Formats: sequence, structure tokens, C-alpha cells
Amino acid sequence: MSNRILEVNHLTTSFRIGDAYYPAVDDVSLTVNKNEVLAIVGESGCGKSALAFSIMGLHRQAKIEGEIKYNGQNLVGISPVQLNKLRGKSMGMIFQDPLTALNPLMIIGQQIDEVLFLHNPSMSAAKRKERVLSLLDQVGILYPERTYDQFPHELSGGMRQRIIIAIAIANNPSLLIADEPTTALDATIQSQILGLVNELKEKMDAGIVLITHDLGVVAEIADRVAVMYAGQIVEIADVFTLFENPLHPYTKSLLNSIPANVQPKSELHVIQGVVPALQNLPRTGCRFSARIPWIDASKHAENPTLEEVEPEHFVRCTCYQDFYLPGEREDGQYGVS
Amino acid sequence: MAYLEVNDLKVHFPIKGGIFGRTVDHVKAVDGVTMRIEKGKTYGLVGESGSGKSTTGRAIMGLNKITAGNIIFDGKDVTNERGTREDFRKDVQMIFQDPYSSLNPRKRVYEILAEPLRNFEKLSKSEEKKRIYELLEIVGLSPESIYKYPHQFSGGQRQRIGIARAVALQPKLIIADEPVSALDVSVQAQVLNFMQQIQEEYGLTYIFIGHDLGVIRHVCDRIGIMYKGRFVEEGNTDEIFNNPQHIYTKRLVSAIPDIDPRNRGKQINFRAQVQKEYEESFSDYFDEDGLVYPLRKISDTHLVALPGRGE
Repeated sequence: MSNRILEVNHLTTSFRIGDAYYPAVDDVSLTVNKNEVLAIVGESGCGKSALAFSIMGLHRQAKIEGEIKYNGQNLVGISPVQLNKLRGKSMGMIFQDPLTALNPLMIIGQQIDEVLFLHNPSMSAAKRKERVLSLLDQVGILYPERTYDQFPHELSGGMRQRIIIAIAIANNPSLLIADEPTTALDATIQSQILGLVNELKEKMDAGIVLITHDLGVVAEIADRVAVMYAGQIVEIADVFTLFENPLHPYTKSLLNSIPANVQPKSELHVIQGVVPALQNLPRTGCRFSARIPWIDASKHAENPTLEEVEPEHFVRCTCYQDFYLPGEREDGQYGVS
Repeated sequence: MAYLEVNDLKVHFPIKGGIFGRTVDHVKAVDGVTMRIEKGKTYGLVGESGSGKSTTGRAIMGLNKITAGNIIFDGKDVTNERGTREDFRKDVQMIFQDPYSSLNPRKRVYEILAEPLRNFEKLSKSEEKKRIYELLEIVGLSPESIYKYPHQFSGGQRQRIGIARAVALQPKLIIADEPVSALDVSVQAQVLNFMQQIQEEYGLTYIFIGHDLGVIRHVCDRIGIMYKGRFVEEGNTDEIFNNPQHIYTKRLVSAIPDIDPRNRGKQINFRAQVQKEYEESFSDYFDEDGLVYPLRKISDTHLVALPGRGE
């Protein structure tokens, strides 16, 4: 399919702890099309960032199995030299922390210039500067000329994040991976940055993978959503379906724990327990079962797989059919099958 | 009679310059804040980073020096005695934003929780231990936790240790400086539920400092919006969210992500409209220095910094 930018098939990324390898990303398959934002949601420790880093080939010590196909080319196992030709050129990444992702000793202009120079050695210095200034303008920097000569510490958090975006899009990538791009920012700046990401999607026809734990951000700009728990995708659907008809217990629990979805001052849903550490992850059965102990063990599938329950809506494990939140069954709202 | 009164509070930080390190100017972090907080209620202080909301909280607490203004707590003027008055130090506690840096990494949980008790209450060893177990139970941590160090806990658990420390002396007012900003949504829910629960049980008063308006709307009874050290608007929660008057408040409210993806188009239009108004009429809302005007009343409970409005 020509529309498909990224195809991840059965990706497993394992890290070594002691003498054994433990998969932080476990058998994940997903696709991203042109002009589409795929959001990946989950709590910290769910493997969202590990997935993003795997796609970009940024893990040094990890064992990566499966396929990551960018425009039909498998990226798993190719040499760093080949990978470097893609990274920064046709694949861009926006990092979470705008403070640490920039070089503190280099002026902004040079940092953007570097990406252009590395991938277009024939481009003249004057042309590059012109491009840098237009990029700064494109990401909403008010005085590109002045900012060009400034150091990162002279800029605010929101401006730094714009610089990161400018670097990521400098070579018009067709795939952009944004790892929590607005987590460190104020609400008004967040909405501006999200607007910018949306604009990029439409103008450059790029595929965007947006990693976030903020369901509000997902509702604002995602086209499709994958919910991750303990290294696996537990539910994947288009954004309207996911918010209207969430099925997996984890998705429902997340949606019920945010204040926007309930009456002010009322009690929020708390997901019992914590995301288990990598070494202690259950490897068999439903990984979420420990956090919904009130659901009978017989309701879980023995080997949960992602099943298509309606067109383009996939859910892992059978427990969703009999799931109810504590206190919900009495109201008879749902959960009784 | 309000429980906590803050009158025209100013906190200015000197900027040193020149070869002799003389004070050349001041940063007016807090520049004339007045508020009344009722007992048992939650007051939200909102603003973007740098607006002075944390400084206000820290100044009330006594962690920052006050340049001008006074603070009246439970009918007593405590302005100059915040650091020395035993009862004030006992009754007013703080929950910090970062659960990673606000706990001493070299102390076990037992020592962390025992410190406020040892400072203010004469308890025998066994009484002290009993209290600490009670505190852990309140915040839902297992009794074995007392022998652990902070790094052995997750972010949410650490924040609960911070809360246990804050409630150890049964305070009356808790200043919570972005208590859930560093936490995941499910852990955030846990901490918010818990704060609400102890508020009901002990009649606590909160000053809740935050920038996440979704959370603020959920927990607060009354809200003050800050911009460059001053109040832009103050009112009850529904007045601020359903009837914002100042353009700055409108911008903040319009920036809250809508959780229903079907409202996307509407939200974008609303934001564009507010942004247009902001650009066109900026000078109507801010003076020539870009600061806001003094607050005026537009109803009994709703105050806004607009020169042409109200009395």
C-alpha cells in the first residue's frame, strides 16, 4: 500500500537485566499512514517510549526482534550508517524534554543548520541559513533572526520545544515521532504546539506517532489510538470509537480516572496496584488481571490475543466482555452481559 | 471572617548588578495579591509558569520573605511570625510538587515521618511508632514501608509519603504546590481522592496551586488566576469556567483539551476566536507595562481586573 509509511510487525524489544533479557515491548504490531496521527497511550512503564526508541533505532543495548518497515524497508538489523541516512532526514523525532535535547553550548541556528548540512552536503551555507530562518518562522518563533544567534538557555520551555520541532521537520520527514511533546509545557503553549503538529500533518502529509499519557491531548489531535499496557497493545481503534465505546478494562479505567469525565468533587476511579516492574511482568494470561481483582479469573482468556471485535477495533483478552468498574454494577449501567 | 486573609501581599526579589553587587532592580514575583480563604474549602491558585503562584504559596508558608502586605491566619496577624510561631508552623503544612526531591534520600520513611512529630510533640518511642503506623495506614502504605528509603518507592507512593508528612501534625491549612503534576493519571486520581477524603474527615483547608485546569476544576471551590504577580480574575469555580471575563482567563479556559473528540472543530474555532480577541484588544486588558489592572467586583463573588467594569 503506497499510503502506508510505517509498518511494525511483531516487534519485541528486550533489555538485559542480570543474565536474562526481559521484553519491554512485547509483540507489538501497528501501522501508520500518511496524513495520520497515531497516538500511543499508557502509564509510565508501559513501554511507550521504548517502542518509539526502537522505531528510531536509538536503543544501543537492546535486543530487537520483529520487523519495522519504513516505506517497505525493514529497519531492524540495518547498519547504523544506513539508519543515519534516514534519521533526521525522512524520520524525525521530537523529544520529551526540550531542556536536555538541545546542546547548551551551541546557538540555535547552528543546531538546526547541522541537520540540514548532514543530509544535504551540497546545499550552500546561505541557502541553509535561509531555510533555518524560514523553519523558525514556521514553528512560530517571533524573531527568527534574533533567535538564530541565541543559546538554548535564553529561551523559554515552549520556545525550546519549537526549536526541537524545527530540527525534527527540517528535512521534511514523512514520519515524525513525538514522545510526550507537550508534557513539560503550560496549557496555552500545549494547545499551540498541538496546533502546530496538526498543521504539519496536513501540510507535509506526514505520518505522526504521538506518545502521551494525557487523554485530553489524544482527544484533541489523534486519528487512531493504541492503548499500551505492560509492553502490549491492549486496544486499538480510531479516536471516536475509542472515546465513545472503550472496551478494554484498562482503557475504561484510564478514562474514568481523569477529572474531566466525572462530576467535580466526586471520587475518581483509582486503578489498583502499580504497573509491575519489567522483571516481574506476568508473561502468561491477561497482564491487567492483577489490577482488576474483582473480575473472576475465569473471564480472562488463557492466552489473550488482539481480536478484531468490530471493524478496525481490536481488543486484547476476553475479560472486556464481563468488565465493570467497582460500584458500577449496582447502577446496572454496563458490565452485565 | 475568613480563615486565612492575605492583604496586598508583595514579594520582590532583588536583582544584583554592577561591580559592587548593589541592588539594581527588583523582580516583582508577587505584586499585590489579596485573598480570603474560608475554612474547610479549597482555594485554587492558577497561572502559567512564572506567574508567581508558587511564590505566593511559599510566602504564606514562610519560605519566602515578604516585601509588603500582611497575612492573617485564624484571626491573628502572623506576618512577621511565620517562622517563629509554634502554632503557625504546626497548623500550616506544605505538599511539594516534586516527590523525587522533597524527601531526604538518606532517611528512612520512619525518620521522615518522625521528624515533624519530634519537633512539635513530646511522644514516647512507642507512641511515636503507633502514630507513624496510623499515618501510613491513612495514606495506604504497608507497615513494612517504614524501613525503606524514598528511592524504593514509585512516584505516587512518594507523593503519599509527602502527604503523610504534611498531615502528621494534624494541620489546619495545607498548601499543596502542584501536588499531582508529576504523576500519572491513575496515581493522580489516587492522590486527589485521598486529599479530598482527609479534607472531609478533618475539615482541612487547602490552597491548591496548579496549572492543570482540569484538576483545578475538579477540586477547587474558589479560584484566583494569576498573571505576572497579580490577580487577573477571582471567583467561584463555575464563574471562572463558565463565565470568564478577562481575556487571559478566557485563553486559559480555551486551552483545556476537550476530552470528547467530536468537539474538536468547535474547540479550534473557540480558540481561534479567543486568540483573535486577545491580539486585537490586548491593550484594553493590560496597561502600558503589560501588567493587569487592579481587581474590581462585578458581583458579590466574582472579581476581575478590568478598568471599565464593575465598581
